[in-house]
Amino acid sequence: MPKCDVPSNFEIPRNFHREHEADLPEVSELEVVRHFTELSRRNFGIDTNFYPLGSCTMKYNPKIDEEVSRYKGFVELHPLLPQLRHGGMLTQGALQVIYNTERLLSEITGMSEFTMQPLAGAHGELTGTMIIAAYHKDKGNKKTKIIVPDSSHGTNPASAAICGYSIVSVPSNSDGMIDYDEFLKVLDNEVAAVMLTCPNTLGLFEPQIKKIAQKLHEVDGLMYCDGANMNAILGKIRPGDIGFDLMHINLHKTFATPHGGGGPGAGPVGVVEKLKKFLPISLVIKRNDGTYALDYDRPSSIGFIAPFYGNFGVILKAYCYILMLGKEGLIAVSENAVLNANYIKEKLKKYYHLAYDKTCMHECVFSAVNQLKNGVHTVDIAKRLIDYGFHPPTIYFPLIVKEAIMIEPTETETKETLDAFIETMIKISNEAQTQPEIVKDSPKTTPVSRLDEVSAARDMDLCFKD
Amino acid sequence: MTYISNTNKQQQEMLEAIGVKSIADLFKGIPADFSPASFNIASGKSEIEVRQHLQSLAAKNATDLTCFLGAGFYDHYIPSAVDAIISRSEFYTAYTPYQPEVSQGVLQAIYEYQTAICRLTGMDVSNASIYEGGTALYEAAMMATRITKRKKIIVCEGVSLIYRTMLRSYTSNLALNFVEIPINNGIADRELILKEIDNDTAAIILQNPNFFGCIDDFTDISQKARSAGALTICSVYPISLGVLKPPSKMGIDIVTGEGQSLGLPLSFGGPYFGFLATLKQYVRQMPGRVVGRTHDKEGRQGFVFTLQTREQHIRREKATSNICTNSTLNTIAAISYLSLLGKNGLKEVAQLCANKAGYACQKLSRIKNVKRKFAAPFFNEFVVELPVDAGDVVSTLIEKGFAAGFPLGRYYKGMERCMLVAVTEKRTKEDIGHLKESLEGVLKTE
Repeated sequence: MPKCDVPSNFEIPRNFHREHEADLPEVSELEVVRHFTELSRRNFGIDTNFYPLGSCTMKYNPKIDEEVSRYKGFVELHPLLPQLRHGGMLTQGALQVIYNTERLLSEITGMSEFTMQPLAGAHGELTGTMIIAAYHKDKGNKKTKIIVPDSSHGTNPASAAICGYSIVSVPSNSDGMIDYDEFLKVLDNEVAAVMLTCPNTLGLFEPQIKKIAQKLHEVDGLMYCDGANMNAILGKIRPGDIGFDLMHINLHKTFATPHGGGGPGAGPVGVVEKLKKFLPISLVIKRNDGTYALDYDRPSSIGFIAPFYGNFGVILKAYCYILMLGKEGLIAVSENAVLNANYIKEKLKKYYHLAYDKTCMHECVFSAVNQLKNGVHTVDIAKRLIDYGFHPPTIYFPLIVKEAIMIEPTETETKETLDAFIETMIKISNEAQTQPEIVKDSPKTTPVSRLDEVSAARDMDLCFKD
Repeated sequence: MTYISNTNKQQQEMLEAIGVKSIADLFKGIPADFSPASFNIASGKSEIEVRQHLQSLAAKNATDLTCFLGAGFYDHYIPSAVDAIISRSEFYTAYTPYQPEVSQGVLQAIYEYQTAICRLTGMDVSNASIYEGGTALYEAAMMATRITKRKKIIVCEGVSLIYRTMLRSYTSNLALNFVEIPINNGIADRELILKEIDNDTAAIILQNPNFFGCIDDFTDISQKARSAGALTICSVYPISLGVLKPPSKMGIDIVTGEGQSLGLPLSFGGPYFGFLATLKQYVRQMPGRVVGRTHDKEGRQGFVFTLQTREQHIRREKATSNICTNSTLNTIAAISYLSLLGKNGLKEVAQLCANKAGYACQKLSRIKNVKRKFAAPFFNEFVVELPVDAGDVVSTLIEKGFAAGFPLGRYYKGMERCMLVAVTEKRTKEDIGHLKESLEGVLKTE
């Protein structure tokens, strides 16, 4: 720190001081850098290992995005500048990034308009549920419940419950689709919305969507699309065309912004025309003279859901990615994501029980029931994969598949990588038969082996003591 | 650029293995009438073109202003090593550490972050972070309603208006009773707040330093709250904790705050992170991820997500929150920042901020007809009252190269002539002198 260049007699009264300094480490820069570099080496990332984590779309994160998001003109921009008088003119470049991304997402999804504010997928769901509530309040509808399929992400019911709705779960049928007859049984005038993932969390496309939407619209319910699986349908389906009224997109999945070890991400929400007036304050608009501005005059809006305009740095990376790929590139994303998933599905189905044996979209769901006969669980297979240098797939989700193994390879992986993974999965299946103990005892190659999660929850050691 | 590396030949081989003729066959399950009404997106561009486009957009933003603008979001210095650390792709290209054996790096970093937040705030436990400061405050309020099973929430108007409006939006569908208490001479109105605390009160929400930069000691409020069975929630500015009394010493039950000042750039509003720390007895009502330390069979120390039975992927609609992400990468930036500064470095930054703000306040209030608005002590931000509309003055000062402060008239009726000025360690005596001269000049010509 520089020496203090002003008189240092502006002391805060003693009674407001802390008695002891906060006990933070006193170490050199080298020690800090070496410590965190060492920690990073105890971690898999997409750049180091194949990471087929289903439902998470762990695709390659282009390096240009990292560079662009560090431009001084973006990182040093104070978010309150555009709120100063004539301040919008100081941030035209940033507002244009938000506006252009919003327009691109609207075209990609068939929605009328997006808010870029939601800071994560679940935050998008919460925003969407608030918009659903505002719509029904505005129309004087008395609505008390939201329907979700039993295969949904856990965030769906959790987000809906936070807004005060009760949750009605609809079972899936033997094809892995929402059971239409069961849906009709629970559909009544008190249903505010149906939340569906498209394609669904089993990696399957639900051709009944239009039929469901039609029935739901008859009771003035709204169709919400959890867009977590958008990577499967770019240029193939637009949720806005097939009956969905609103949706969120996870920029950190489909649009290649890094997951950052769990965040930050972004979950913009798009809506059809009739819901536009409920979008959060503020919205970036383009004026007739070609300049950009923030619209705060939104009397029907659900209000403020984020302090500013969203996770701008994340939006910027998604914008950069969409520009790089363009129309043909986006379509190629989904085609290759679906091709890669079906290739894995086809190659492994002789060895692992396929939960639903049909053409999948961007991910496929197996069950380890065959391996379970030898006492090998899904978690054991996952841990054994680590020994062979692969990040495990998503396991035990969706909840409706016993011993679920959910594999999403993404479009950016090569056939060589997929073949190596397939070969390893087959090898593990053989090991499960011939020497199950090896599988159950894995991983052996990591800095720690399986950790005692029971004692972690019991002892609650959540920070270093002195 | 598409970042797809399979060749046509490889694609053909894969199609053959699947047993279909073309990629189109894989999409046959989608009915024909589902095809897009349009998909009007421009063709892809090269890195050169995209870089040029974004460079030109970046150049349209005014980042060369000398910044005295804060209002909860501050222009602090970020040591170079912070970006070097979070640029490790093992950190930034990883996801939520569901598989602890291959995620010890991220998990240990979060555990160290939790430790640092506990030590800064004096609280027992911290979660692994939330989106940003406003959602952290909202989650704390919800947590208090769960713990107390009460519905009345008292909010001091010293809490950032940005956060108060967010609180109102989020709770508009819930049967909660919000009572907002105006400030008195820049600080929390004791008489009104103490009178308002009753046996229906779930929480009292406060901020320190408050939105006007004034510092306070809320011990009297937390004592009254505790005797009424209510919780006290305080949003804090973490840099200030380098010198200020930690909230634990004031009897606060839940501490939240915006983490941006701990090593993150302003970045036009995000991504940031919010922190949330509390007392041990409330840990099971805490939202979001938490990392715990445990061991493997060989007795080696290791880190895992713990207390997951509170969370949405297990509890679904009965979870404590719908949150499933935290802001891991930003918490790694924060723990790197705090480790680089250390306990003395953080204290030094806080003292520099306080000294420079004190100096700036004295300088500006020596200008004719400019006066300090509140007598209460402040940390690094203060309010000055001008003889004319502050919005106009700030606007004119932008032309002279300053983001001079935040005009309060936009948020507070009756404060049209007031300007909130923030000073960080990055501002020099010379910057402050120039601001004073420029403001003096503007006021003379008005």
